[in-house]
Amino acid sequence: MNQYKANIKITLRKGILDVQGKAVEHALHSIDFKSLTNVRIGKYVELIVEAENPQKAKEIVRSASEKLIANPIIEDFDITIYE
Amino acid sequence: MIKYGIVVFPGSNCDHDAFVATSVNSGANAKYLWHKDTHIPSDIDCIVLPGGFSYGDYLRCGAIARFSPIMKEVIKFADKGGYIIGICNGFQILCEAGLLPGTLLRNDSLTFKCKDINLKTLNNSTTFTSLLKKDEVITIPIAHGEGNYFADNNTIEELENENRIIFKYCDDNGNITRESNPNGSLNNIAGIINKNGNVLGMMPHPERYCDLILGNNDGLKVFQSINSSLNKNN
Repeated sequence: MNQYKANIKITLRKGILDVQGKAVEHALHSIDFKSLTNVRIGKYVELIVEAENPQKAKEIVRSASEKLIANPIIEDFDITIYE
Repeated sequence: MIKYGIVVFPGSNCDHDAFVATSVNSGANAKYLWHKDTHIPSDIDCIVLPGGFSYGDYLRCGAIARFSPIMKEVIKFADKGGYIIGICNGFQILCEAGLLPGTLLRNDSLTFKCKDINLKTLNNSTTFTSLLKKDEVITIPIAHGEGNYFADNNTIEELENENRIIFKYCDDNGNITRESNPNGSLNNIAGIINKNGNVLGMMPHPERYCDLILGNNDGLKVFQSINSSLNKNN
């Protein structure tokens, strides 16, 4: 068994209003960062996974993300595995 | 007399209110069920998933409570037709568990809302609303930061067409308006029921307005409805 580091980036799915992102965007504009738009706020999770190989590691993390770490109704996730 | 089972998760804070509302106020029996329990006593007629901040609302509201040992049994109980009411955090847990469709997003105001609201009873032919009149407006409190009901368009359409939206936020006269929506919920949805009619989830807190000493007991009608419907069934 090998140990891999997994990073999971969780974002609200397209089309779902991100009220937090909107509030931050509004605040950015009020301090003159008018060139910044489309602010979306997500979550970042990192963990260690034990698996035979990187493919297996990704499979495990994907299954965990679908079941608990993200809510597929409203969130997308993106997994990166590091040796 | 019917018996309620009130599930206590770490971080539940409306479990005592639910206990008093169902027992002292509505006159039924009530018993606490611990989140680590692995079976539900056979004499429980209705399970209450109470409000609060189970597991500190970590990750997402209800996401961790949904995998508590007792939830396996709660899901079995629901599948066998057992009655469940999830209030506030309890509603969030029911959505995370897949017993109800959709999910609860952050309030559109980004603020925690704690105040009395009006609810319009859209469907009074359920176990949970049998003593309410159709379109009756009741006033009970909300207290949540994530009560903004969201589901995809097909689900919303299905809920509307199947008359499964039980309560909507409304004004004093029962008009469903943007201004009376406290959290941005799609279609002003405050409470929904599952297809089989045995699992209700709602963000507002009926258990907090069950005693006139608090100035209002509109919430009692929900528990009296359950008592009356289930006593008839027995």
